Amino acid sequence: MTDAVKIAETKIPPIRNGTVIDHIANGQSLNVLKILGVNEGNIDSVISIGMHVRSSKGSGWKDIIKIEDRELDPKEVDKIGLIAPDATIAIIRDYYIAEKFKVHMDDSVLGLARCSNPNCITNRGEPVTPEFRVESRAPPRLRCVYCDRTLANVSDNLL
Amino acid sequence: MDFYDRDIVSIRDLDRDSIEQILDMSEKMVPYARGEKVKRALDGRLLGNLFFEPSTRTKLSFESAAYRLGCDVIDVSEMSMTSMSKGETLADTIRMVDAYCDAIVLRHPHEGAARLAAKFSENPVINAGDGAGSHPTQTLLDLFTMRRSKGSLDGLNVALVGDLKYGRTVHSLVEALTLFGANLTFVAPESLQMPSDIFSHIASRGCSPVKTAALEDVIDKADVLYVTRIQRERFPDPAEYQKVAGTYRISNAVLREAKSDMIIMHPLPRVDEILPEVDGTAHAKYFEQAFNGVPVRMAILCAVLGGEV
Repeated sequence: MTDAVKIAETKIPPIRNGTVIDHIANGQSLNVLKILGVNEGNIDSVISIGMHVRSSKGSGWKDIIKIEDRELDPKEVDKIGLIAPDATIAIIRDYYIAEKFKVHMDDSVLGLARCSNPNCITNRGEPVTPEFRVESRAPPRLRCVYCDRTLANVSDNLL
Repeated sequence: MDFYDRDIVSIRDLDRDSIEQILDMSEKMVPYARGEKVKRALDGRLLGNLFFEPSTRTKLSFESAAYRLGCDVIDVSEMSMTSMSKGETLADTIRMVDAYCDAIVLRHPHEGAARLAAKFSENPVINAGDGAGSHPTQTLLDLFTMRRSKGSLDGLNVALVGDLKYGRTVHSLVEALTLFGANLTFVAPESLQMPSDIFSHIASRGCSPVKTAALEDVIDKADVLYVTRIQRERFPDPAEYQKVAGTYRISNAVLREAKSDMIIMHPLPRVDEILPEVDGTAHAKYFEQAFNGVPVRMAILCAVLGGEV
């Protein structure tokens, strides 16, 4: 572990219970908070964010989020995978890592995002769930099954 | 490929072999499309022709194709004449029409409408154009016209001119042409150039298209000049339309540098992008192209409904 990483990690204290979302693509932590619903006032605990910290994987930068007393539901994890495909999720219980896993993206993404094409039939009140084919995971590139357009601005179009 | 009961939604659903299969079937249909031979291969079948956007050629040629094969047609030409004007979803409309006929042809102003229709219909759905999205039967008739005129589709130099951004016919066409190793040149002002996702999709297939705004750069090399109308109805901002309207006009003077066997195609309707003086030249293939919609659509109807000719 490099000195830079040590310094970065001491800035975010360990949590007793909750979730650590690590290896978030640099600059995406605010979008992850949006997925967690921070703006909607449904989190009643402390959230610590590290932005633009040194990644131990290679020489790049990453973001990291620690949320106390909250675990993520599977849909939130799937959405995080769309904007931060390398993210890892660690569930912390009594300071220990009870569970750790990497987010993943299936070949098809169903019901997590709306199509960014306003003229797509899925944006016209039809009884269908938006669906995308995954063409690339890193960087994420999703193509609408209906209108065949590439999904732009994924974080702005999450459901 | 067995086309029986299959949807024809996007040209991306078809590989080179299946495209050639449709073109071979279309060739057989030509004398029937002209009325020189008669075969009621689809006698007793019923086609639902749903056109929720204006159309002349596509709608009439589907009707002609159906009637030439003995297939009856029920149709809708305006959204205002249906329950969709009362707020009915397309999904419900499709379920209902599906119960009334054996196949559905759909033109709709929203991209992805045909894929949605295919999801809700038990019978095959044929996309006749969805917004600025796909128009696979137009692509097939374009390929058919090129193959009939040039003998083969392999390695043709095709220059596409005009509105390459909003023109749905060119998006499907260039994707299909890459399957045949075509050399593509996109002639358009920067604001109407080919969308980047289509450009990168065809580049991923090993095609290296050239972009230019100058028609004179390519006119002497082209085997096919595919001209499109700059469509006022696709521009969100009328001021943007005025900036580019009338950018390219094909005249006999422009064609002086062209190869003698170069063909000019146009999905029609044209406004002023090809002057009437060009119509009488050997280059002009756009009316033949419009006719070719009938044999190609006959082939498609026969294929999905199981008719034999």
